[in-house]
Amino acid sequence: MTTVEQKTVPLNGDESVAYAVKQCDVDVVAAYPITPQTIIVEKFSEYVADGEVDTEFVCVESEHTAMTCSITAAATGARTFTATASAGLALMHEMLAVASGSRMPIVMSVVNRALSAPLNIHCDHADSMAQRDLGWIQMYAENSQEAYDSIIQAFKIAEHLDVQLPAMVGLDGFVLSHTLENVTVLEDETVKKFVGTRQIPHVLNHRGEIVPFKLDPEKPLTIGPVALQDYYFEHKRQQEEAMKNALEVIKQVHNEYAELTGRSYGNGLIETYRLDDAEIVTVCVGSTAGTIKTVVDTLREKGIKAGLLRLRTFRPLPVEDIISNLKGKKAVAVMDRSSSFGGNGGPIFIEIRHALYNGADIPQVVNYIYGLGGRDTPPALIEGIYNDLQKIAQIGQVEKQIQYVGLRE
Amino acid sequence: MAEWKVTGKEFAKIPEKFMAGHRACAGCGPAIALRLVMKAARGPIIVTNATGCMEVVSTIYPNTAWDVPWIHTAFETAAANAAGIESALKILRKKGKIKDKHVDVVAFGGDGGTFDIGFQALSGAVERGHDFLYVLYDNEAYMNTGIQRSGGTPHGAWTTTSPAGEVIPGKTQYKKPIADIMVAHEMPYVATASIAYWNDMVKKARKGMEIVGPAFLHTFAPCPRGWRSETAETVEIARLAVETCVFPLWEAECGEYKLSTKSKAIAKNPDKKKPVEVYLKTQRRFRHLFKPQNKHIVEEIQNNVDRRWKKLLKACDLD
Repeated sequence: MTTVEQKTVPLNGDESVAYAVKQCDVDVVAAYPITPQTIIVEKFSEYVADGEVDTEFVCVESEHTAMTCSITAAATGARTFTATASAGLALMHEMLAVASGSRMPIVMSVVNRALSAPLNIHCDHADSMAQRDLGWIQMYAENSQEAYDSIIQAFKIAEHLDVQLPAMVGLDGFVLSHTLENVTVLEDETVKKFVGTRQIPHVLNHRGEIVPFKLDPEKPLTIGPVALQDYYFEHKRQQEEAMKNALEVIKQVHNEYAELTGRSYGNGLIETYRLDDAEIVTVCVGSTAGTIKTVVDTLREKGIKAGLLRLRTFRPLPVEDIISNLKGKKAVAVMDRSSSFGGNGGPIFIEIRHALYNGADIPQVVNYIYGLGGRDTPPALIEGIYNDLQKIAQIGQVEKQIQYVGLRE
Repeated sequence: MAEWKVTGKEFAKIPEKFMAGHRACAGCGPAIALRLVMKAARGPIIVTNATGCMEVVSTIYPNTAWDVPWIHTAFETAAANAAGIESALKILRKKGKIKDKHVDVVAFGGDGGTFDIGFQALSGAVERGHDFLYVLYDNEAYMNTGIQRSGGTPHGAWTTTSPAGEVIPGKTQYKKPIADIMVAHEMPYVATASIAYWNDMVKKARKGMEIVGPAFLHTFAPCPRGWRSETAETVEIARLAVETCVFPLWEAECGEYKLSTKSKAIAKNPDKKKPVEVYLKTQRRFRHLFKPQNKHIVEEIQNNVDRRWKKLLKACDLD
């Protein structure tokens, strides 16, 4: 049930992000070009050049500066956006921690791409998974429609007074970024109204005054000080609390948006597909969910009880949703599009299996590393995983915990 | 533009914005430089700081020495911070989200954060023409981390990463001519200043704030701890650096060099130029240079100072 005017336009994933940003009344965009994110900055430059958007666009000399500019622009009170991928995100690493530690509600799209070496421009999740512990909200889109919808939601989530944390929206490089889709978009005014104006919390300054948490020449405030053994820990604990709050806020904002547009993605944290009575389940993030849904349908026609749990939100990790939805399943395959070298499986596998440990009726869990550097992930490969799961379910045991699929070995 | 003039008496009455209570060492040159620059502020101001001595000593949570809006993000980011602040101010003012008045943006960075790790961000911000004043407080090494050499450390100086050993006598490389490199950016305003010439420094700081576009102020600020000098002699050493032409005072508007104050006087009367030896002798970081086997290094330093001074006179059309 939609209540507002919408129209369908052909957009690729990058364009859908740029379009959403244009509609969110963003004050400052500081960005640097990197494949496969380039279309976002190119498209946004066009909006700026054509006067279609009231935004200060800073075409900086590096991603490190893109994130730095975003932090201080946000600290000055501006709604701020940036976009990056791969090496660019890695170059931002230091500043990502500053953004979240300074509680700046920046929104960033990450067009997921492999990390060097060897140099590779195609999709995997090594870039954003490497940032998982830096205090950023992380959401992953399944398609360009969701990328558009998630960017709009991300501003409202990040800027929520109970959250005040930066948020990244991942979309798969080339698979989504460069692929044309029909994307249903809202009217500019509707988006503007939905996102609202940026709220700024108030804090106590050195003069003992309650002042807005921003750089205001009339109300002096020190932001980004040194905090040593006596205070640093408390700062970090508060960050964790904000992450916990984000779980609820993400659901709220998602539901509000769903009511407005008629589009929803599970509960905003996880999306389940034919999961209720499923016995064998895959878990994934990103665009692969689309392929998996097709395979699940095919298997269901054959009477095989297959299902999918897509993690839309990876940070904060929706632990309760994971436990309640995977409880009692016979076998679960966690699909990681990145590797944790020398670790005990990919990052999502480690999280999921760990979350299940305290529950009852724990399923057998197996890890599949797939699609690195843009390696194709066709339906046949997914079917193979479900075949494996059937065997695991039958014997009630995982023989090889970490598997590599679609790989010459 | 009319030059801002201020008497000592008037200056003393200007409220402090970089306040008492910071934890800088006794005799700290950079703290003097910051205090002077902040007292030159013309009105609403936002300040940003690179990681370094001045950030660390002035903002130990929950205390702060800054009575102005102030932000720190990282070591190499002072200029990028300023770029983000200035961009936000511009658009927020345009959209009517903040009051429609000018706000000066001032960035402070040490030599490590400016000559070395922060140079890319500085060059980028200047190239993009952001309206801000960048103040380099140059104490010629990474003092905050324990006196390691930087691109601003002078030739021959002892630091913990350019030790005066049996084989290598201190830093073998010369100081990067950072202010000249900034002039080469063809930016609106570049100047050098010394804490020993407070009036010259505050005038230049004000000018840097008033000029539209990027401005760069290279302030010379001795560090008694790292230079192994007497805490009471900080200002005197800064004066000797000017009198020996180790650190001449000048300004360049859109690439046009002009000498100021003592340096102008030396250009008129070369007899006033003191030998570098008198400057070097004030600091134990140079004491190994006075061993007989290192005499040639002092000569090299003198030759380099002379060469650079000649070059500067030429740039000022005074040769």
